[in-house]
Amino acid sequence: MSTLFSARGITKRFGGLLAINGVDYELDHGISSIIGPNGAGKTTLFNVFTGLYEPDGGQVTFRGHSLVGLRPDQITALGVCRTFQNIRLFANMTAIENVLVGMHARVKLSMWDALTHRPHFHTVERGLWRRGGELLERVGLRAKANEVARNLPYGDQRRLELARALAAEPALLLLDEPTAGMTQGEASHLMGLLRRLVADLGLAILLIEHNMRVVMEVSDRVTVLDHGEKIAEGLPREVQGDARVIEAYLGRRGAPRGPRAAS
Amino acid sequence: MIQSVAAAAAVALSVILVTVFPRSILLFLLFQGSLLFVYVSRIPSWLRAALLGAGLLVLMPLVGAVNGYYLEVATQVGIFAALALGLNIVVGLAGLLDLGYVAFFAVGAYSWAIFGSPHANLIFGGTAFPLAPGWFFAFLVLGLAVAAMTGVLLGLPVLRLRGDYLAIVTLGFGEVIRVLANNLDKPINITNGPKGLTPIGRPPLPSWIPYNEGFYFLVLVIVVVVIVVNRRLEDSHIGRAWEAMREDEMAAQAMGVPLVRAKLMAFACGASFAGVMGVVFSAKQIFINPESFTFLESIGVLAMVILGGMGSIPGAVVGATVVTVLNLQVLKGFSLWLNELKNAGVTVLGYSLANLPTQLEPAKYERMVFGVILVLMMIFRPQGIFPARRRQRELAHPQPEPPSATS
Repeated sequence: MSTLFSARGITKRFGGLLAINGVDYELDHGISSIIGPNGAGKTTLFNVFTGLYEPDGGQVTFRGHSLVGLRPDQITALGVCRTFQNIRLFANMTAIENVLVGMHARVKLSMWDALTHRPHFHTVERGLWRRGGELLERVGLRAKANEVARNLPYGDQRRLELARALAAEPALLLLDEPTAGMTQGEASHLMGLLRRLVADLGLAILLIEHNMRVVMEVSDRVTVLDHGEKIAEGLPREVQGDARVIEAYLGRRGAPRGPRAAS
Repeated sequence: MIQSVAAAAAVALSVILVTVFPRSILLFLLFQGSLLFVYVSRIPSWLRAALLGAGLLVLMPLVGAVNGYYLEVATQVGIFAALALGLNIVVGLAGLLDLGYVAFFAVGAYSWAIFGSPHANLIFGGTAFPLAPGWFFAFLVLGLAVAAMTGVLLGLPVLRLRGDYLAIVTLGFGEVIRVLANNLDKPINITNGPKGLTPIGRPPLPSWIPYNEGFYFLVLVIVVVVIVVNRRLEDSHIGRAWEAMREDEMAAQAMGVPLVRAKLMAFACGASFAGVMGVVFSAKQIFINPESFTFLESIGVLAMVILGGMGSIPGAVVGATVVTVLNLQVLKGFSLWLNELKNAGVTVLGYSLANLPTQLEPAKYERMVFGVILVLMMIFRPQGIFPARRRQRELAHPQPEPPSATS
């Protein structure tokens, strides 16, 4: 059986900065996490995976399709969808409309259908709204379906972004710091939700997370990035004890305090 | 209940007043205001539809019979309303600032002007032109198609541009079209340059109503079609994709919206409305030249959209009405009134109005009045007269789900 998603030798430069250096990554199912200090290249890696950046070297394959060179919308249509670190909702649209936009790649309607309002259009549109309602229900926002996204509290916005990404019917969901700014309680609740998504929909989830308690609790596998390189990978327990990981986060004992260790 | 009576009374009263005093601009404004009042008041929707329908289908032509100029104004309002609705798609929904929108209007206008006037004989030789007036209706479709194609042509090179850059390029495009129209009289005389084209054929309309009334209805029908198309696009996945693109282009693309397609579609749709109205405009004016398609016209249409409320269909219509009426009636009417006072030798605070320099005629500084109005709007009501409202929808009741799926 081939893996769902694999990346080989991903390299990405920004001018003189080597943001990602030959990273290999594979995942198949369950919840995987990528952790690492600030500036390790986690979000850059996400952007390469979802087509926002084109890598300078390396291969990304998803279900046998090469993703390198595809546009983000094409990648979404293939079944990889994401959320953003700094929430990027459609601020002036309602919650349900945000979710409906997420379905765009799955809508099989032409402009002609929309202009003529033939019965098929109504059937499809009703289906979209129903599914939108179900997705909001899933993340606990159904009661706020008609609220404009910008007016939602922070935690709700994060969950709405999750619902919007789910609307694209992804097989692989990439979440960039989904619990940022949440209380521990909200974060655990969200992780429970992610667990259920994996169980119900057979979704594979890849997380970038800073909340270590969350990461260790929920992940099936953890990958650690530092300076654009993969320095450790394995079960949460194994990674926690890895000397290089501890060094990356806390610095080496007796080493002079560098600028990064101070951050 | 009270509102219902008030709305009906306002419409009826204003119509009576207009017919009794057909020369008073204020009363005509009152009539328009009463229709607006009907639109915004809380009355049963059947009554609103009936009053608006009566106002536009019966009363307006009636008023036009008393004072033909009012009908002319109403027809112009219709033309500009369709333009504003088209630009509303590009600017209001898709968020692509287009400062050369009038170019598409010009493309539509010239496509009928060339073939609907004897001018085409100069290009192709022979005496086959002007085409029979009936062709006008075919050219409505053709003008739409040509303008839509022009929209795509403009869209292709500017797809990567955003915001200010896009605005500058579209501004240039608008000028390019006008300059082309000005200079394409040689080597082959296509547009007849600054001299313009005339006489342009007018569509054959049923003979049992006066021609101008018929033309008014033609414009009205097109505007209604444009509104329906606009609404249907807005309420579909296409409109949602446009709005998503306006809100956050990158996120929209990451959610599966193909930006290139969506943008080209927005340009093409917006342009097509202008193309259709261009055909109508050239037939109405009988004469067109490049002066009808200046940068100021683009800005005027943009002002209608902004004044009315970006992304809002009633806003675009109201904005078009306000701007057109202001241009055609209020400022000119004010000038006339001042002139009358002047001729009558009226003095204000000891100053004889007859000494008032002609430069101070309101009609001469309409753009300034405009600017002031826009500035005031942006300060006190930046969202426009009729801001786009998010539609609230009742979601169907949640179906009972298996316990594992509920959260």
